[in-house]
Amino acid sequence: MPVIGIIFYGFLAIVAVGSALGMLINRNAIYSALFLVLNFATVAVLYLALGAPFIALSQITVYTGAIMVLFLFVITLLGAEKLPGYEPIKGQRLIGIGLAVVFLAELALFFFFRNQTTGPVPFVGAEFASPQNIGLLMFTEYLLPFEVVAFILLSATVGAIMLTKPDRKVSTKLSQQQD
Amino acid sequence: MPLGYFLGLSAVMFTIGILGVILRRNALVVFMSLELMFNAANLVFVTFASYYQVLTGQIFVFFVMAVAAAEVAVGLALMVAIFRTKRTIDIDLMSSLKG
Repeated sequence: MPVIGIIFYGFLAIVAVGSALGMLINRNAIYSALFLVLNFATVAVLYLALGAPFIALSQITVYTGAIMVLFLFVITLLGAEKLPGYEPIKGQRLIGIGLAVVFLAELALFFFFRNQTTGPVPFVGAEFASPQNIGLLMFTEYLLPFEVVAFILLSATVGAIMLTKPDRKVSTKLSQQQD
Repeated sequence: MPLGYFLGLSAVMFTIGILGVILRRNALVVFMSLELMFNAANLVFVTFASYYQVLTGQIFVFFVMAVAAAEVAVGLALMVAIFRTKRTIDIDLMSSLKG
């Protein structure tokens, strides 16, 4: 591995973990959302390095473009950047961080002691995951899941509209009955 | 690049997401931590798609993204509906079912 590769991957890892920590620590929800945008963009660069250009651009458009804008819109709509601060349950933070360290240690132990040698991730060419190949696979072998996802998106849209609809009809009916 | 780099990065990001769900009180930040965990899982999918030279992992990541978008739409609508009745999105205060 050349030095420039190590610098590249090390920089990406530092930015990804740092922005995730920034999202976790920051008290203002707007800054948390912006840190998460940075994290998603960094992971998109990692996807490009792994030879997945279609997924990388989907990540940029769907996650950082659509989902995070929705988040920012709802945060500003509700005016919920900051909550009035008070102490959470006593010792919750310490126990939570301790459990997280235990979880990470478990994952590391599993990775190191599973008696299976792993090689480096091979460099894949541009042909492997080109949008053409992904489209061919998605519209032939995975056509049914694709249609199901379309239905899920439709029902989610209808559900979101129904959930946020102001129930005006009931009050008007009641007032008409009273008249 | 060794496989452990991507797996380790994904594990750290997933753990930070879990910490966000456990520690934060703002329900919107809890949702963002969920997105971070989805992202960590997607990174492992793409890593193994390249590692084994099988395209199915990347297709699955696409489906995960679509379902996550649907989940966020419904979840944020729920947040708005809860905010209308309770006037807060502090998850410590959403305790109406507590006896």
